[in-house]
Amino acid sequence: MNLQSELESLRVDAPDGLITAVLAETGLVDRYAVRPSPLGDVFVSFNSRGVTAVDLAESAEAFERRFQTIYGRPVVPVDEIPPPVARHVDTAIREGRPGRLAVDLSGLTDFQQAVLRRTAMIPRGEVRPYGWIAKEIGKPGAVRAVGTALAQNPVPMIIPCHRVVRSDGTLGKYSLGGAENKRVLLEIEGLDVDGFARLAVSGVRFVGSETTRIFCHPTCRNARRITDANRVEFGSEAAAQEAGYRACRVCRPSVAA
Amino acid sequence: MTTDLTSRLAEDLDGAFPDLVRELSSGLYSGALRMLGDHHEAEEVAQDAFVRAYRALQGYPAQRIRELRLRGWVWTIAANLCRNRIRSRARRPTGSFDGIDPPERGDGPEAIAISTESVGQLAAQLLGLPWEMRTAVVLKHVVGLSYDEISDALDRPPGTVRSDVSRGLARLRSALHREEER
Repeated sequence: MNLQSELESLRVDAPDGLITAVLAETGLVDRYAVRPSPLGDVFVSFNSRGVTAVDLAESAEAFERRFQTIYGRPVVPVDEIPPPVARHVDTAIREGRPGRLAVDLSGLTDFQQAVLRRTAMIPRGEVRPYGWIAKEIGKPGAVRAVGTALAQNPVPMIIPCHRVVRSDGTLGKYSLGGAENKRVLLEIEGLDVDGFARLAVSGVRFVGSETTRIFCHPTCRNARRITDANRVEFGSEAAAQEAGYRACRVCRPSVAA
Repeated sequence: MTTDLTSRLAEDLDGAFPDLVRELSSGLYSGALRMLGDHHEAEEVAQDAFVRAYRALQGYPAQRIRELRLRGWVWTIAANLCRNRIRSRARRPTGSFDGIDPPERGDGPEAIAISTESVGQLAAQLLGLPWEMRTAVVLKHVVGLSYDEISDALDRPPGTVRSDVSRGLARLRSALHREEER
């Protein structure tokens, strides 16, 4: 054999993991692992920009298929989650907020991102109506679009879309395994779901304190401190304002248009 | 084939980049392996080169991507990474006893003798070539680049590359000949 063809034979295949590692590093393929959650084990996928999806799926194959369909790129399993994700992912799922965990929303529209970023700031154990999110992001007419954006939340539980409910007191839809899971998550967080629903059904949208003359969403932590003797109930922002009450600065029941 | 790939990269970087990786990975890995003599380092270099290439392409206008000679360009990045590895080995000798620096891997007869057993005679002789010849021979005959592509990758005139390749081949021949006579 001559020297040149011997040199050619020194060419070898790249190691199995190389292509996947490159695509993962450039964010062109995602990796995933199974993590515990309040709803049972979930698949959590991520790339170099952050977490890309949280999903309850019946099997790894079903998750991989669904991921490819929704995001148009493959997802591959890993044994070990890289440290920046591993350190924060379980906390984020448990607490229902991203905290220090990076979340990759880059494939979403600006509107979807705005909805999700605002939703991420709703405190644990509290709920807000869809219409409130719409007003908060400066699109008061886009209530239905907010619902759609939340239905497509790629990272449920980490971005707590379960804390956005209908103003009539019903919980509304939930993408992660159905509406019953929304109730489960809210109850785990300590929300009296039935109590909240009863209030809403009776027409109450806000509660105020006679001593502070401030009104809140019923589940706001400030509202929960109001004693029964001082508690007043309102059916609308207008009614509260006519009675001389101002909006709480924490839960922002009234947004300047 | 790569002409088609550059135009697809220009139109849809994220869609076409996985194809670039698939197409060039064997050459990039093998080339780095034969320049460095270490599987683990070769894998790191290949991975790093692809990631850097992707980030660079993200910042390039479409027309510039269309005009790239892809393999030579990716090897510009990879050859630099290989050279940096060799340099950092030289800067921090490891595992020496009695304060005596061990021979620089890949550049002395001791290194050849050590690696012959494990990686095969020719691969070991390659690691014994001076850097200029080694890179030129590897890119020409292991990776399969043209002289123009190698000239791009190593930033040396094509004439110099040709002469590096032929001098490198001559050295390999005589070294292998000596081995056989022993």
